Formats: sequence, C-alpha cells, structure tokens
Amino acid sequence: MNTQEALLNFCLRLADNNMIAAQRLAEWCSRGPILEEDLALTNISLDLFGQAENFYEYAATLQNNGKTADDLAFLRSEREYFNNLLVEQPNGDFAFSTMKQFLYAAFAKPLYEALQASKDETLKGITSKAVKEIKYHLRHSSEWLVRFGNGTEESLKRSQIALNELWRYTDDMFLMNDNDKALIEAGISIDLNTIKTSFMATVNEIFKAAHLSIPETNNIITGGCNAIHSEHLGVMLCEMQYLQRAHPGAQW
Amino acid sequence: MSTQEESLKKFQQRIDADEKIEPRDWMPENYRKTLIRQISQHAHSEVIGMQPEGNWVLRAPSLRAKKILLAKIQDEGGHGLYLYSAAETFGVSRAEMIQQLQEGKAKYSSIFNYPTLTWADMGAIGWLVDGAAIVNQTMLAKCSYGPYARAMLRICKEEGFHQRQGYEIMGKMMNGTPAQREMAQDAMNRFWWPSLMMFGPPDADSAHSAESMHWKIKVESNDKLRQRFIDRTVEQANHIGLTVPDKDLKYNKETMHWEFGPINWDEFWTVVKGNGPCNHQRMNHHIHYHNEGAWVREAAMAYERKISAN
Repeated sequence: MNTQEALLNFCLRLADNNMIAAQRLAEWCSRGPILEEDLALTNISLDLFGQAENFYEYAATLQNNGKTADDLAFLRSEREYFNNLLVEQPNGDFAFSTMKQFLYAAFAKPLYEALQASKDETLKGITSKAVKEIKYHLRHSSEWLVRFGNGTEESLKRSQIALNELWRYTDDMFLMNDNDKALIEAGISIDLNTIKTSFMATVNEIFKAAHLSIPETNNIITGGCNAIHSEHLGVMLCEMQYLQRAHPGAQW
Repeated sequence: MSTQEESLKKFQQRIDADEKIEPRDWMPENYRKTLIRQISQHAHSEVIGMQPEGNWVLRAPSLRAKKILLAKIQDEGGHGLYLYSAAETFGVSRAEMIQQLQEGKAKYSSIFNYPTLTWADMGAIGWLVDGAAIVNQTMLAKCSYGPYARAMLRICKEEGFHQRQGYEIMGKMMNGTPAQREMAQDAMNRFWWPSLMMFGPPDADSAHSAESMHWKIKVESNDKLRQRFIDRTVEQANHIGLTVPDKDLKYNKETMHWEFGPINWDEFWTVVKGNGPCNHQRMNHHIHYHNEGAWVREAAMAYERKISAN
C-alpha cells in the first residue's frame, strides 16, 4: 500500500465522517425542541462542515488530479464514501441525535488528540483546530445525556433506547484496514485500538452520571471504512448531491 | 389636567425630543401594545423564516454555499432570540408569545408563506427579502423604544451580509448555464412583488401607521420605504442582467425615482389572512416540532429543579 494513497483514503474517511454527521445535524434546522438548541445544533453542524471542508481540501491536494473539495463531497457515490455507519443513521428523536453526537465526539476527540503526534504536518494542523471544536461538541452532548438521565422517566427511557440502538455501530469506528496499517507504519496515523480506552472512559463516565447501561448485544455492524454502508447513506447522498449531479459543471 | 394627561404630555415631549423610552419608563398602554405586537411579530418572522431557507440546507450545491446558508439561518434564529428578549422587557414571556403565534393571534411576515422552489430562491430571499428587511430595519433602528432600536442596530449589520450573499448567488447563477439563468429569473419573478408587499399596505390604508409615526415607533412611511427599496434594487437587478417583472417600471428623471406598476393588494390580504401557499404548512411545522420537543423541555426543567433542590 502506497502511503500517499493510504493518506488520501484516511483523509476522505475523516472528511466523510464530518460531512455526513453535519448533514444529519443540519436536518434539525427549524426542528429543535427550543430555539437555543436549534442554534446549538446548527452551530455544531457548521463546525463539522468546516472540518469536512478542510479534510476534503487536503484530500484534493493529495489526489492532485484537478478535482476540488466540492467534487469529492458532491460527486462520489455511496460505495466511495468511507464514513462510519454511526453518523449516517437517521436522526430519530432529540435523545437519539444527542446520543449519536455524543458517541461520535467521544471517538473523534481522542483520535484528533492522538493525531497531534502525526508526522504529517497538514493532518496535525487540521486536527489541532478540530479538537477544540469537538471538545465543545462532546460537552454539549454529555450535558444533555446527564440532563435526560436525571430529568424525567421519559427522557431516561428515550436515551436508553437510543443507546440500545446505536451501540451496535460503535465498533465500526475502530475498524481498520490496509490503509491504517500503512499509515501506522509511516507514523502518520495511529492504531485505533489505542484510543478505545479513552473512548470507553468517556462513555462510562457519562453513562454512569446519566444512569444508562451499555446493552449486551451480538448484533455488531461494521463496514464504513470499506464503504459498505447501511441503506440510509444512499438516500442522504441523493439529496445532498442533487444540484451538482443535475447540473454537471455548473458553478454556484 | 389629570395625572394621565400630564404623563402623556411628558411622554410625547420626550418622544419629540428624540429621547429613547426604556422598559421602566411610563408609556401609554397603546404604545406598549403596539410594540409587543410589532416586536413579537418580528421575532416570529425570524423564526418562521428559518423554514423556507432550511428547505435548501441539505441540498446546497457546494461546501461554501452550505456553510454560508447555515450560518445565515443561524443568524436569523439569533435575531429571533434577541427580539423575543426585547419583547420580554414588557413582561410578556416567550412561551406566551409562541402560544399567540400558534393560536393565530400573532402574525409573522407574509413573505415566508411563499414556497422556496429552487436554489435560486435562496438568492432571491437573501437579496430581495433581506434587502427589504434592511430598509425597514434601518428605519426601526431609530425607533423611540430603546431595546428595540438597539436590537435593530445589531440585526442590520448581519442583514447586510445576508443581502450580499443572496445577491452573490443571483449573480453567479446569471453568469452560469442557461438553466441557472432561467432559475434565477424565475425566482426574481416569484419574489419581486411579495418583497414589495413586505413594506405593508399603502400609507392611506395602513391601520397602525399614524399613531406609530406620532410615537416614533416608525419614523418613515410604508410607501417611502418601499420606494427606497425599489430605487436601490432595480439598479442591482439590471447590473446582473435580471429583468424586473413589472412592465410599467420606468425611471422618472425629475423625481429621480423608479415608478412602478400596481401592487396586487388582494393577494397581499389573502396571504395575511392565512390563505397563502404555505401558511398552513409553516404553522403546522412550527406546532409539530414544538410539540415534539415538549419532553425535552420538561426533562430540562425537571433536571434544573433537582439541581437547585440539592
């Protein structure tokens, strides 16, 4: 595996994760439970679109074939998207979206922190800015989970249902392929297993405070980094890529 | 002279001297009522306006366009927040104002009862709708009620940015493919007249105008503001090759104003009275998601109670 190709693929994975998570959060626009929260969710969405853009721009540079960041976001199909399965799951209710946001942030924070030691300066630069934002996202979602756990019976029940549904997609975030191996050897990325302890520490701490328990399930689904997705992603891309696909070459 | 008459006289003197009225100051009941109505209507407009623009967030055609549109919608929500706060200075709560909106007792700008059918509508809304709003809000920044005037100052700065991004979308599309130009012109055709209606009925038919002008809640008339918007916007349209959909439009060299054709006020009143293309949809959406979020608000309050009890 060529390191340059592996890095390109890894950048796309990071970009796609942010892009798809941001797109899901943007669905909350005008649908929040309270105006302040509507703004908070679109704010987080905006951060993630920004991160996606930075990773896509770097990917476009690495690819060096005239394709732009927009081409990468809007003209790749579902079998060319490398995001984790978690972020593409439908929003569900506010507890479901909050849980999704929490699990993703609990993974992305230690990942970005670890990438500060990367030998690739650009990756280091992008993630050092992103880590500040992701810390806020993690705090925001953690606070809501604690509120739900200590709020009403209904809020506790809803967040436990969300956890039961979403936990099956968490292993997928730690799945690695040949790209990861090449990047670990080159000192560019990390063995994702090394941040699992940090991820588990965060979730255990918050779940304890939120009276939530991790479900026991054998139904663990993986495949995102190999572009094997759930049925939901294709539908999202149809909507997201509609104008670019319907008007090839047009400038907006 | 009774105490009431005395207070009213003093109040009018302060207004005439261009002093700002603050929440704790004495004010006539009707001044208070008019401002609650107007500021809450303004807040509701910002919030309902998130719907037609939100309709295109997921389909925005580039990363840049997505970020700008999302940031703009976020600004609108933020404007909603501080306008609700400005109205709360009268002792009315946001929950009450939302209830009035949902019961149809409070209104919002009729422009948001038109659908956003293509991406060009994001350009038309930014350029025309926010453009019209700026003309109105620049005037309202001189309003006699301090909290409202200050909120307007802040809002105007952001609206200027919104208008430029809307105009940029239109400009890019007019420079683009034939399909893009067609979309831009179509959006112009659909949003031009409703934008002119945003300034409200002609001065002669405006129910609240005289008293509002006397108290400097408004400092310029509907017709004057409308003319200012038209004069500005026609030039901008010409500059990027858009045709203003008004066959009577012509420049009067003596008055230095653009003269325009008759506005369809029947359409305006139809939409104001609830029968526009999206009135029902906008209100259903607002009520639906407000109700969907009820358990979240309850949970947050229950949690706050537990925290403060410990």
